[in-house]
Amino acid sequence: MRAFSYARAEDASAAVRLAGASARARYLGGGTNLVDLMRETVEQPDALVDVTALPAAIEARSDGSILIGAGASNTAVAADLAVRTRFPALARAILAGASGQIRNMATVGGNILQRTRCTYFYDDASRCNKRAPGAGCDAIDGFNRIHAILGASPACVATHPSDMCVALAALDATVHLQGHGGSRTMRLVDLHRLPGGRPHVETELQRDELITAVELPALPFAAGSTYRKVRDRASYAFALVSVAAALDVGPDGTVRDVRLALGGVAHKPWRASIAEAALRGRPATADSFRDAADAELADAAGLRHNAFKIDLARRTVAATLEGLAGGDRT
Amino acid sequence: MSIVDTVKQAVTGAVTGAMVRLTPDAPVDPLATKHGALGRSVPRVDGPLKVGGQARFAAEVPVEGLTYAALVYSTIAHGRIVTLDTAEAVAAPGVVLVMTHENAPRMAPPAIFMSNPRAAGASDLPIMQDPSIHWNGEPVALVLADTQEQADHAASLVRVSYEAAQADLSFDQARAQAHAPDSVLGEPARIAIGDAEAALAAAPYRVDLSYRTPRHSHGAIEPHAATVLWEGDKLVVHDATQMLHATQWTLAGIFGIREEDIRILSPFVGGGFGGKGLWSHQILAIAAAKLSKRPVRIALSREGVFRVAGGRTTTGQRVALGANADGTLAALIHTGVAAMTAHNNCPEQFTFPARHLYAAGSFLLEQKVADIHMLANTFMRAPGESVGTFALETALDELAEAMALDPIELRRRIEPDKDPTSGRAFSSRHLLEAYAKGAERFGWSQRPAPRSRREGEWLVGMGVATATYPYYRMPGGSARIRLTAEGAVVQMGSHEMGMGTATAQAQHAADRLGLPLERVRFEYGDTDLPPGTIAGGSSQTVSIAAALLAAHEVLVAQLLKLAGNDSPLGGLKAAEVEARDGGLHHKEDTGRGESYASILARAGRAEVVAQAEAPRPMEVMKHSMHSYGAQFCEVRVSAVTGEVRVSRFLGSFDCGRILNPQTARSQFRGGIIMGLGLALMEETEFDERTGRIMNPSLAEYHVPVHLDVPEIDVIWTDIPDPHSPLGAHGIGEIGITGVGAAVANAIHNATGRRVRELPITLDKLL
Amino acid sequence: MRFTINGQAVEASVDLRTSLLDLLRDHLHLYGTKKGCNQGACGACTVLVDGNRINSCLALAVQYQDRAVTTVEGLAGEHGLHPLQQAFIEHDGFQCGYCTPGQLCSAIGMAAEAERGVPSAVTADLSAGPVVLDHDELRERMSGNLCRCGAYNGIVEAITQTLVTGAAE
Repeated sequence: MRAFSYARAEDASAAVRLAGASARARYLGGGTNLVDLMRETVEQPDALVDVTALPAAIEARSDGSILIGAGASNTAVAADLAVRTRFPALARAILAGASGQIRNMATVGGNILQRTRCTYFYDDASRCNKRAPGAGCDAIDGFNRIHAILGASPACVATHPSDMCVALAALDATVHLQGHGGSRTMRLVDLHRLPGGRPHVETELQRDELITAVELPALPFAAGSTYRKVRDRASYAFALVSVAAALDVGPDGTVRDVRLALGGVAHKPWRASIAEAALRGRPATADSFRDAADAELADAAGLRHNAFKIDLARRTVAATLEGLAGGDRT
Repeated sequence: MSIVDTVKQAVTGAVTGAMVRLTPDAPVDPLATKHGALGRSVPRVDGPLKVGGQARFAAEVPVEGLTYAALVYSTIAHGRIVTLDTAEAVAAPGVVLVMTHENAPRMAPPAIFMSNPRAAGASDLPIMQDPSIHWNGEPVALVLADTQEQADHAASLVRVSYEAAQADLSFDQARAQAHAPDSVLGEPARIAIGDAEAALAAAPYRVDLSYRTPRHSHGAIEPHAATVLWEGDKLVVHDATQMLHATQWTLAGIFGIREEDIRILSPFVGGGFGGKGLWSHQILAIAAAKLSKRPVRIALSREGVFRVAGGRTTTGQRVALGANADGTLAALIHTGVAAMTAHNNCPEQFTFPARHLYAAGSFLLEQKVADIHMLANTFMRAPGESVGTFALETALDELAEAMALDPIELRRRIEPDKDPTSGRAFSSRHLLEAYAKGAERFGWSQRPAPRSRREGEWLVGMGVATATYPYYRMPGGSARIRLTAEGAVVQMGSHEMGMGTATAQAQHAADRLGLPLERVRFEYGDTDLPPGTIAGGSSQTVSIAAALLAAHEVLVAQLLKLAGNDSPLGGLKAAEVEARDGGLHHKEDTGRGESYASILARAGRAEVVAQAEAPRPMEVMKHSMHSYGAQFCEVRVSAVTGEVRVSRFLGSFDCGRILNPQTARSQFRGGIIMGLGLALMEETEFDERTGRIMNPSLAEYHVPVHLDVPEIDVIWTDIPDPHSPLGAHGIGEIGITGVGAAVANAIHNATGRRVRELPITLDKLL
Repeated sequence: MRFTINGQAVEASVDLRTSLLDLLRDHLHLYGTKKGCNQGACGACTVLVDGNRINSCLALAVQYQDRAVTTVEGLAGEHGLHPLQQAFIEHDGFQCGYCTPGQLCSAIGMAAEAERGVPSAVTADLSAGPVVLDHDELRERMSGNLCRCGAYNGIVEAITQTLVTGAAE
């Protein structure tokens, strides 16, 4: 780990100012990903700006929306009664991630910005276009069981590892940002980028721009939302495939509305818009769910070790929606 | 860890094979059937220290003026270092030393396992002596600094360039050039009895199957570590090791110093499983301490453990079984190849189970090795037997299915009456009893037809497989008993990695000496004590027991002499007395005896000290000695995702006398849980393009977590082996054997799918 | 930097890079807290900060100034071992003992979370209600603490006996 300076920001403006004073500053939340990557020399900041003193409140508004301070711990969000009742998919996604200890440390802002688990990204002896733009990618022909099947590029096949973000993507979350030019908001699904030719640029954030809050707009039928994670052991492992879903079925048995996102399949949390469009107005049946999943995954491409994810994603999407249509929690 | 070889060398040094057969058996140990402290669930003696955070492991010894080491690892698998730029590292804050092959002291290569009974070297490659590179991850520089942070950072500043040479990295390619090893742990690499291929071809029922098993990592939660001090010419190493005295001897050879000038201490080891041997990190730390004249702590990072300390190797196996209509075997073929290096000696003895388990009309058992440019592989919990039973026992399950026989019934029909390949009599074999007890308790009769039981999306199935592991007893160990009026201390340079050694041997000593448990103590973990044997091959319990038994004979003789004719014991011979109630007593005349305190007081002695070496392990030459078990597993497999959850597990074991039911149960369970990892999730990813291990992390190398593990039921026959000390067998390894097959067979029963490549991850079940 | 460790005020001058774990071990010689992976992947380094369990290996010490840290060395009371420590011995909840301090601290933090009603991935109904620490809940919540010796059954028994309200004696 390289030496760095450390400062604790009292508010968002101060944080942005402090970060602006250094060439390679990083915001430090719980540190659960950043400290690990610094030890691996993947991240080499010259300054850490501690943002854990920033607002962490979870505000359940009367209109059904919720505003979550970016400094809130993952545990606090998952334990919040409003989150659990209005957006159970978010609580479940968070609880499916990492361990109790890490969820106590990790912040919402940090979770959104965590970096891929691609083992070639972690290994400084391997080629990686994220670590060294233009170096090449050793994952494409290497161990790529955990890699992307959607939206990958010849430069990068890494996946975004967050569970929480998959639920946020499904639930139309908006992130509140503050930067040198002031504050703005952005849909979470627009925050992360697909790799294209520049996989080292992972988000649309501007330099030193800080996530200050996450907002979940009211979505009454999200009260029945859920999250299903498929992984290599029963707990404490990253997703091979995960699904966040909310389903609104009318009295006539047709899909009135649906929210669907996939994790573990792409460089960003993958909002399944194609499947959603295919489902609206269709009968809420197993056939419809399978067709919608097929439509979403029509362009999916497998590598040597991860092609199974295409079928796995299809099955998991269909089963998750069937569970919601049947009214039982998965 | 030359298991059989060491034993054989020791034995054949004294007697020839014919003489072995003529040598009478040692008398049955009276403690084999006696109930005292032994046979009771005694809590671990080191429990309070461990739960209080007071047990000091190798990286936790406070030392004044300590320096911290960090390693730089090669990034090529084969070739040589061309340039080494250490200037920036040398100039970094806090750096005390940057050691490379250019300035490292001259050291002899380690003596490799089996080259001598006390050789501990995992490989015989020279360590940092020249620019050549032999595996991806080989240490090319060591940085010493005042703090770990400074050392780690400076290590990242060392710049190395390489000239790569052609490297053999592909197992499939290397398999084509596989060759026979000189031996497989002292046993022949090939055993052929009859014409097995012809018998297979002619058999009415046959299966002929291929299996693949991956590399595994021991994954002890304590990373390898050592704290090293030179005190003048004397070397002190606080190590995490399961081979104290072998390390001492081997280090003496490497550094050209006298053994008695080296002291190794290892009172606590945070998990070993075969992996805590002598690797390059201890040797490099000692060299750096010598060069810097400062004490050194080397605590490998988790990545470092994967780069420097080898694990289980990968295998490709074939099992072919030909059966007669009556369910007996006409042919048993188990062959295959394990990846190894040209510089180590660990061929993963996966054909060993087939050598002893079942009767067959003909056998072909043959294993080869394929040379790969990789970190030396090593012994990991039940080397060979763990992955060998996966192949053999799933093949048997397939045969049983083909014959429409219950798999347990099939095993009844192929139960041998003597060792099928050596012809020796079994010392103690109650496998079918273990099966019967296990089947009843597990509810085996409820096993559904394949893919017939479903609960929601979950397919449920049951499987069974045989567990087996040889009985080994290592020669060369000595125990010392120090007896005072207050009690006794038994001393031996043995190891405690969580097996419960200190507890079980205290129980043993209490019963051997006729003292209450609270008045005896077992001291271990220090080469200043009489030499212990390695903690490997599930051998330590009986190896210590035999030495303690021998020392006790010496002690009794001394006590009788001290007691003299004025004692109630006067005139009695050793064979006429027994130890009980804190003294020696006539075996039949219960009133005739004298307490230790009284004997010592009359003799004016504060203590009596007796030391003896264990007799050579003749029992393994005369008998076929093995432990057995039946592993029962119930799984639930998601019909949607292929996820596998183990819902129930029972291990029914036949491992001689159980000394401490509580710690024994824990050890069996621990082996079974590691077996669940082997079955379902564990794989060290070796990138065959570069030879680099790509998941050197406990986040990406998956071991079972709490939620993967159901409550595991363990039962045992508790039938003493008449030919072993205490009637006991070691039990550290057998738990993992058969588990992979039991899980795979249960998955087949649940889903109708056979998976013959480990680990059985969900993608193989979609 | 100032910390309160096991109830005692402690001052230490350390590198900004120093983790809370290394502060405890290398600087304060509180070796009870273990370093198993230094990657946040094993839980051996678990300590309690203001009563919450965290992985001290991923915590930069500088971030935890003026906080109250409890390590395994601070679990025992005036009357000897904490009941959970005693139960670990009785139920053989360890073998080598290396993951044990982390399991102990984690279990205590875990029980407090359950007491506060924090749900887990296996909680069937998220909408409310107290958490019942049944076998699945306990195992899921403790899954951040690896034990390679495989003492999981004993650990769960010890926690159930000690920290689960209403558990059968």
